[in-house]
Amino acid sequence: MSETNKLTVSASPHIKGFSTVTGIMLDVIIALIPAAFAGVAVFGVKAALVIAVCIISCVAFEALSRKIMKRHSTVGDLSAVVTGLLLAFNLPVDIPLWMCVAGSAVAIVVVKQFFGGIGQNFANPALTARIVLLVSFAGAMTSFSQPSSAAVDAVAGATPLAHLSALDLDGNITLQLKQLIADGELPSLLHMFFGVRQGCIGEVCSVALILGAVYLVARGVIKLSIPVFYIGSVAVFMLIVSGFNIYYTAYEILGGGLLLGAFFMATDYTTSPINKKGKIVFGIGCGLLTCIIRLYCSVPEGVSYSILLMNIACPLIEKITAPGYFGFTKEKKVKKEKAV
Amino acid sequence: MSRLRPGAILKAVAKGSGGVFVEHHKITAESQTVRIPVPEKVTLPMLQHIGVPCTPTVKVGDRVFVGQVIGDSDKFLSVPVHASVSGTVVSVSDTTLANGKTAPAVTVESDGKMTPFYGIVPPVITDKASFIKALRKSGLVGLGGAGFPAYIKLNTPDDKPIDTLIVNAAECEPFITVDYRECIENSWDIMGGVYSLAEILGIKNVIIAIEDNKPQAIQVLKAIADKDNAHGDAVKLMTLKSKYPQGAEKMMVLSATGRKVPEGKLPADVGCIVLNVGSVAFISRYLKTGKPLISRTVTVSGDCVKNPMNVRVPIGTSIKDIIDFCGGFTDEPYKILSGGPMMGTAIVNTDVPLLKNNNAVLAFSKNSSVLKPERDCIRCGRCHEACPMGLIPTQIKKYALANDADTLKKCGISVCMECGSCAYSCPAGKPLVQYMRLAKDVVSKAGAKK
Repeated sequence: MSETNKLTVSASPHIKGFSTVTGIMLDVIIALIPAAFAGVAVFGVKAALVIAVCIISCVAFEALSRKIMKRHSTVGDLSAVVTGLLLAFNLPVDIPLWMCVAGSAVAIVVVKQFFGGIGQNFANPALTARIVLLVSFAGAMTSFSQPSSAAVDAVAGATPLAHLSALDLDGNITLQLKQLIADGELPSLLHMFFGVRQGCIGEVCSVALILGAVYLVARGVIKLSIPVFYIGSVAVFMLIVSGFNIYYTAYEILGGGLLLGAFFMATDYTTSPINKKGKIVFGIGCGLLTCIIRLYCSVPEGVSYSILLMNIACPLIEKITAPGYFGFTKEKKVKKEKAV
Repeated sequence: MSRLRPGAILKAVAKGSGGVFVEHHKITAESQTVRIPVPEKVTLPMLQHIGVPCTPTVKVGDRVFVGQVIGDSDKFLSVPVHASVSGTVVSVSDTTLANGKTAPAVTVESDGKMTPFYGIVPPVITDKASFIKALRKSGLVGLGGAGFPAYIKLNTPDDKPIDTLIVNAAECEPFITVDYRECIENSWDIMGGVYSLAEILGIKNVIIAIEDNKPQAIQVLKAIADKDNAHGDAVKLMTLKSKYPQGAEKMMVLSATGRKVPEGKLPADVGCIVLNVGSVAFISRYLKTGKPLISRTVTVSGDCVKNPMNVRVPIGTSIKDIIDFCGGFTDEPYKILSGGPMMGTAIVNTDVPLLKNNNAVLAFSKNSSVLKPERDCIRCGRCHEACPMGLIPTQIKKYALANDADTLKKCGISVCMECGSCAYSCPAGKPLVQYMRLAKDVVSKAGAKK
């Protein structure tokens, strides 16, 4: 029986689906490409340089740290490329390139590999790196150059969100917004939508981000619950504080990094809850924190802080929202009925 | 239900969450069942059911006939084993089964005559009790795969009234076409079984449930259900979405009736009995002839088998003989499965006997069975989405490795049926079913300590 000795034995199931970690990461990269092109189109070739430096340094740090720690290489899963892309998307175009490299080091080495690599980090690497850079180099991180496109003749250095936070919410908001647009301080909603405005490389072009998000949802890579509840809660909150001013709310949604954060950063598998209820709580939490930071704190933008805070709360959320399994809830209901 | 026009096909009333879409690979669907020539010898293990092994009642040198009892037990959870060929007992000793367990077995060398045992007579059924008694004698276990003694399943206590009999023809495992062939080839037996069971057990509703990817079988079963609409309205055909694991008992009850079987309970607790279509057809044949369970149909398939087909085989025939009958291997087999690719067992050796509950023998070449390499978990949650029981396998894996029995119990590990949906959908290629088994082991060991 020579042939029988060669049979392989393994636990069931003996067939497996086609999805792979690399495939998922590739899908995320594909989804980010439109926004990357939009960033280059809006800010010029310098943006491409920032993106390239971030990706290359992230991959290099990933390879290096795995090698030093004597662990199997995880470069092939492309997660470092995603981190690099997302980090670049969260940086202003005029940032010195060495800061990009420093940010990559924080993202990959400190946040990701120190905690065990892919799937083990408790916070989103790209976001944490952005916050570290923001705190360390506040000047470079907040000087936003104008879009190179001639479509806007804005001169001011403030982002749309900075303008919004300077508004007097008790006064006539629509009038104030129109005045700002007329002064050339604030891009029109259409420009906001197509990305002709100031901001970080990847966050400006809403339409490209939405395109990428549609791709991710269609491919089943992300579930809609986090982005919908995130953006939805921001919308509801902003509507309430602005006295149901849709114009203002639209600016708040398109401005800053909300779309980028909601679709691509908050949905990060590792740092968001697995179960459905947890995802909803996570999304609403991100939304409320974003609104509170935007409206009542000294910084104009709160997406990165809010996602980071919710990342840290993720294990707790998962614990509280632990789903009932099949046949579990039924028993509870029976007990309740009896009690009644 | 009575408002339905006669002959209408029901749609599933509830949708289970989770599950995965697997490729069907039902390549043997149109292959008519062929009877294998009488094997030279059969090995009949005393443990072919969930429960207590039987004790051999014959000794070496005895002459046995087809259908003669060769092993029995007075314990509750067991059914007798019958000789599947006529001939001489050549050994009574321990043997290794396909699943790795060891059990005593009786090996019979066939005389090639298949002489029936003179004591075979159709059972006399007067009421439920006599039916259950007869059913035990038939040696029937669930033919769908689990191998639970059928007489225990049908012997529901009086305080648990059963209103629905679900005939399970879903056959959600890829490759296997045994139930499909049963529907097409033995529709009379199915019909007879359905009506006998409904009458004997006093069941008002019968639902024949089948996945919607088997139109030909649906047509045949619809004729059975239509027949009934002329008389009353008891038998209904229901098509279910072809989504693995649709044929799992709890999923089936949920889809067909909208009822959820609570943790640790049986379908009978919510008024349902689920029987495999093959078992139903067998019961009908048994009531007519009294011939116990001595042979069954298996699907022999996979890319390594020369002529994939459905064969009727005496229980206890070695898997090697079955594969040889199907033309042998085309290529060097890398993996041979007893059962389907989602829940079947990989066997080490083709020299193991076919059991009552084996519905397939699948042989795969290296190309089709090398799985993706294991990587780190990225917490994508696909295992949770795929789990029909709503568990979070990746968390259970962690608690299992941490030996945390209490948390595992709270996570609901006991409802896991090891369907494999989690491991199938895992992009990191984690052997999650293995971790689930480890988790169950952790819980049972902790329970044993207390």
